[in-house]
Amino acid sequence: MASQAPAKRARQTERVRSDGTHEGFLRHRNFLWLKIGAALSAFCLIVYLLVDVTPRHNGGSWLGYALGTIGVLLILWLTALGYRKRKMTRGAWSLKAWTSAHVYLGLSLIVIGTLHTGFQLGWNVHTLAWVLMMLVILSGIYGISVYATLPQQMSFNRDQVTETQMLASLREVDRQLHDAAQPLSQHHAALVRESLEQDVFGGGLWQRLSGSSRNCATRRVHRTIRQETGAKADTGNDPLERVDGLLERKLATLSRVRRHLRYKAMLEVWLYVHIPATFALIAALTAHVISVFFYW
Amino acid sequence: MNRLTESCRIAIVGSGPAGLSAAARAAQLGLSHVLIEKTDHLSDTIYKYQKGKHVMATPSQLVLRSDLDFDAGKREAILGLWDEQVAGAGVTVRHNAEVLSIEGTGEPIAGSVMKIVTRKRDGTSETSEIQRRAPPYRLKLSDGSEIVADAVILAIGTQGNPNLMRCAGADLPHVQYQLDDPKEYIDEHIVVVGTGDAGIENALGLAEDAEQRNVVTIVNRGMEFATAKGANVKALLAARDAGRVNIQFNSETKAIEPGWITFTTRDGEERIRCDRVIARMGSAPPRGFVESCGIEFTSGDRLAFPRLSPVFESTAPGIFVIGALAGYPLIKHCMNQGYDVVEFVNGNASLKPADEPILEAKFKDLPGRRDVAEWLDYLRSGITILEGMNPLQMREFMLDSTVRAYRRGEVIFERNEPGSSLFAIADGSVSVQVNPDDPSITVPIGKGSIFGEVGLISGRKRGATIVAAEDAICVEISRTAALKLQSSVPAAKRAIERISTERQLLQMFGSGLTSADLTEVLDTARIEQVSAGKTVIDEGDEGTDILVIRQGSMVVEKQIGGKPVFLNYLPAGSYVGEMAVIAGGKRTASVRAAIKSEVIRIDGPTFRKLLDAKPQLLAKASADMAERQNLNAFVESKKDSFSNVVDMYSNVANFLIENGIGEATDVLLIDENLCVGCDNCEKACADSHEGLSRLDREAGRTYAHLHVPTSCRHCEHPHCMADCPPNAIHRGPDGEVFINDTCIGCGNCQRNCPYGVIRMDAVPPKKPGLLSWLLFGKGPGPGEPSKKWSYANAEPGVEKAKKAIKCDMCSGIEGGPACVRACPTGAAIRVSPEKFLSIARLERESA
Repeated sequence: MASQAPAKRARQTERVRSDGTHEGFLRHRNFLWLKIGAALSAFCLIVYLLVDVTPRHNGGSWLGYALGTIGVLLILWLTALGYRKRKMTRGAWSLKAWTSAHVYLGLSLIVIGTLHTGFQLGWNVHTLAWVLMMLVILSGIYGISVYATLPQQMSFNRDQVTETQMLASLREVDRQLHDAAQPLSQHHAALVRESLEQDVFGGGLWQRLSGSSRNCATRRVHRTIRQETGAKADTGNDPLERVDGLLERKLATLSRVRRHLRYKAMLEVWLYVHIPATFALIAALTAHVISVFFYW
Repeated sequence: MNRLTESCRIAIVGSGPAGLSAAARAAQLGLSHVLIEKTDHLSDTIYKYQKGKHVMATPSQLVLRSDLDFDAGKREAILGLWDEQVAGAGVTVRHNAEVLSIEGTGEPIAGSVMKIVTRKRDGTSETSEIQRRAPPYRLKLSDGSEIVADAVILAIGTQGNPNLMRCAGADLPHVQYQLDDPKEYIDEHIVVVGTGDAGIENALGLAEDAEQRNVVTIVNRGMEFATAKGANVKALLAARDAGRVNIQFNSETKAIEPGWITFTTRDGEERIRCDRVIARMGSAPPRGFVESCGIEFTSGDRLAFPRLSPVFESTAPGIFVIGALAGYPLIKHCMNQGYDVVEFVNGNASLKPADEPILEAKFKDLPGRRDVAEWLDYLRSGITILEGMNPLQMREFMLDSTVRAYRRGEVIFERNEPGSSLFAIADGSVSVQVNPDDPSITVPIGKGSIFGEVGLISGRKRGATIVAAEDAICVEISRTAALKLQSSVPAAKRAIERISTERQLLQMFGSGLTSADLTEVLDTARIEQVSAGKTVIDEGDEGTDILVIRQGSMVVEKQIGGKPVFLNYLPAGSYVGEMAVIAGGKRTASVRAAIKSEVIRIDGPTFRKLLDAKPQLLAKASADMAERQNLNAFVESKKDSFSNVVDMYSNVANFLIENGIGEATDVLLIDENLCVGCDNCEKACADSHEGLSRLDREAGRTYAHLHVPTSCRHCEHPHCMADCPPNAIHRGPDGEVFINDTCIGCGNCQRNCPYGVIRMDAVPPKKPGLLSWLLFGKGPGPGEPSKKWSYANAEPGVEKAKKAIKCDMCSGIEGGPACVRACPTGAAIRVSPEKFLSIARLERESA
C-alpha cells in the first residue's frame, strides 16, 4: 500500500520472494547446481576426449587418478547429506540447497565415475564399486521421480485429514460396526467380526507398495452382506442395512489409508536401497582404493 | 449484644493467599480478628486446582513479605504448609460462613452516597443509591450470625459464585456444581446443565469410558454452542453421533426430583431419568456484592477494579480490598498485600510497599535525586495521559513500564523496528524523522505528549525513526500496561485516540500537512469497530467517506462475471474510499474486514475540502487512486482470458484469510506439491528448541496444495497475550511473539489461541549427541523424543513443570527459522501476508 514502508528483516532466511514465488529443490536458485553438475561433467568429458592416454584410457593414468579422486571426494560429500539433514546447527545453510547439490552432483558422478573406469569393466572389486555406485544413483533417480510426482497425489488423497485422524476414524467406524452388529443373527455377527478382526495393515512390503486389497476381509464381508441387502428395499430400520452402510464407509476409509500408506512407502522405500547400497559402495570403494595402491 | 454477634478489630473475608496472609499478620500483631471462609477448607481457588498441579511463584524478582511461607511447588504441599502455619499462628477462622452483607453501623457520612447501576438483560439499567455509614461494620453471615468489625479486609478474589439452578428441586442433594473426578460415577443417569466449555468437558469426561455405563445428557437452552470452544463442540457432536452423549436442545430445566428431571422444550414438557445433575452455568462475578458494600469501581467496564487509596482502602472508609479483586492475581502480590494492609490498619504509616526495591531499581539511573514516591508523582503530573491515575495504579503501572533518560541526539527507536510499546515524554522533547530518505526533515513532539502509538494500536512495525531532540526522560509503556491504562483511565484513552488518529493521517498523507490543517477532519473522524467478515464499503453504493484502517486488515473484492474476485489485501495503516471522493460516482469495489478491525471513518465532503485546499495532497491521493484503478483493470482483463486462474487466485486468497493469515505477521506455509512428509521441519524445530516441536506439519487446512500447518502466525495483536498472569508473552526484536521463562504454565494462552498452536509440555531430558545415535544407536534420534523415552530417562525425583511452548521464529538462532532451513525439498516457506497476497502472484500464474 501507498503508506507502507518496505519491510526490512534483520535475519534473512530463505523466504518467499516478493512476487509470491518460491522454488523447490530441483529448481533451486534457477537450476544453479544443475548447471554446475553439467559443467563439471562436460569438462571431464572434454578432457577425456582431448587427452591421449596410452595404451588406452584407464583408472591408473593421471587423468584416471584425477577423476577417481574427484569421484571419491564427491561420494563422501554426498554421503554427508544424511548427517547434515539430521544435524540442526545454527548458520545460514539450507537443506534445500544441499539436496539440490546432492541431486545434480550425484548425477554428474555417472559421467565422472564411468570415465574413471575407462570403460574397463570386469568381474572384480573395482567394477563392483562402479556397479554399486550406479545402483545408488539409479535408486536416487527413482527417488527424485517420486519426490517430484507423489506429494501432490498424497496431498490430494489426504484431503486435510492427518494420518492419526484417518486411523481414529477407522477405529470409530469399527466401534460403530461393533455396536450395530449386536442385534444381528449369529451368522451375520460372525461376518462382521471377521471384518473387525482383520489386521488392516498386515501383509508384506509388496502389499503396502501395491496398495492391493485383494485379500481384504472387509471387502469380502461387504460383498456377502450386500448380496442379501442389495435386493431388499432400505426401510431405514434394518440393522443389516446399517451394517452394510458402515462397511461401505469402512471400505472408503480403508482405501484412503491404504493409498496414503502406499504413497508414504513409495516415498521411503528407495532409501532402503539407496542408503545400504551407499555403505556397500563405500566399503567396495575402500577395497578398490587399497588394492590399487597395494598393487601399485 | 446478642449471642450470635461477635465483635473484633478486623474481619477478613476470603481465605485465599491474600486473606490468609492478612489473618496471619493480624494474629502476629495480636489484633483481634476473624477470617471468614465460605467453604470448609482454606484457599478454595488453589484447593480446586487439579491434584498435583505445580503452583508457580512469580514474579521472581518480587520479595515475599508475609508471615506465611510460600514457594513454587505442588498444590498439596502449599496447602498443607499454610494449614499448618495458620493453625500455628493462632488465626481465628470461621469456616462454612458466607458473608451476605456488609453495612456500616456508625453515623451516616455526609455527602457519601454510593450509586449502583444495574444493567438488565434487555439493555435498560436501573440506578439505586446507598448512603454510606461510618465504621464499625456489621457483617451478616449465611449461618445467621453477625460479626461487628472496625475494619474489613475484602480478599474474595474474582472467581465469584457458581450460578445456581433456580427450578423446583434445585436444592436436592444430587444437584452439584462441580465435578472433581468423572471416573467416580458408574451406572448413573447424569444430566449436565450448561453447554460452556466446563459443561461439555464434564459431559465428555463422564461418557468417555463406556465401561462406566453412564447415560449422559447435556442440556442446551438453544441450538448453538456460542460460549464453547470449537474443538469442544466438535468433540461433543462426535460423541453424540457415536451415541455416547445425548444433547437436549432448546430445553430449560423445569423441575428436579429424585431419580427424574423435567425439561420445558419447544414441543412441550419432557421427563427423563436422572440420578445426578451437574450444573455448569458459569459464575457471577462478585461485583454486585462488592458494590453493595459501598465500594466504587473505577469505571463501568467489565474488567474494572475497585477504586483504592495507596493503603488499599476503598471508597467505603474502613473497608480494604486486596488480592485478585484489587487487580493483583499473582499469589506473591496477594500475600504481600495481606501483610501490608494489616500493618496499615494497625497504624503503621512508614511501611514501604514490597515492590519498592523494584521501582527503586527502575529509577536509579535517572538524573535528579528523587525517591520513588517523588518520581511517581513527577511522572504522573508531567505526562498528560497519566494524570487520571491514583498512586496505587501508578505503582502497578510503573512495574510494567520502564523509564529511561536519553541524551540529545540518541535514537529511541528506528523505522521498521517491531515494537508495540507506547512512549511518553516526561521531560525534554523528541523529533520524528518523517522522511526515510532525508533524516533532516523532522517533526517535534514535546514534553507531556506520547509517541509510538501506531505500533501499539496497529501492531505493525515502527513507522519512523525517533531521536531525542534534547536531553529527555521517556517512559516506555508496555502494550499490556497501555491497554490497562486505557481501560482504567477513560481520559487517557480519548487522548491516545485523538493523537493517534492525527498522526496516522499525517503519516499516511504526508505532503506538507500540519496538524492545524487536520482539525476539521479530526472533528468528523469516528473510530468504528468492525467485526470479522463485515463489509464496510459495498460495491455500487453511494457514499464518499474515507476509511483508514487503524487495526486489523481488510480485503477488497469486486464482482466480476457474477463472482467476487479478490483484488487486494489492505493491512493496518492503509486507507480506502478515495475514488468516490476524488472522481465521484459509486463505490467500485467492496471492502470487508479480514479479521476484527478498527477503522477511522472520515467524512467525505470534509476531506474533499481538505483536498481542494492542499493540491499536493490531491496529487498524492490521485496517484494512489490511479495505481488501484490499474490493478482493477488488470484483474478484469485477466478475468476474460484466464478466468480459472483468477478464480483460483481469489479462492486461495480467501482460504488464507479464513485461516488467520489476515492477522498474521509471519506464517509458515507448506507447498504440498513439494512436501514429501519427512517431518524434518518438526524434527529440526524440536532439536533447535530443547527437544519440543512447536509445529504440527500434518494438521491444519489445505487448499490447492497450499497447506497452513499448525504453527504460530505471530499475529499483529496476539490473542495469546490477552490474559497472561505473569505477562510472559512478548514481541521480540524480529517481530516474533515469544513466551519467556516466567511462564507459570496456567494454559490461558493455549486456550486463547484460536489456531491451536500453543502446547503445554515439560522439557524432555537431554538426548545423547547425533553421532552416538548414528553410530551406536544411543538415544531416540533426531526430533522430539517419545513420551516413553522421556519418562524412562527423566532425572529421578525431579518433576519438571509443564509450560507453554510456542514458535519463537528461532529468535536468536543464526540462520533463522529451522523449519525452513531444514526442509529438504523447499516445501516449507515463511511469508508475510501483504507480500504473499499481492497481485504479483496472479501475474505469475497467468504468465
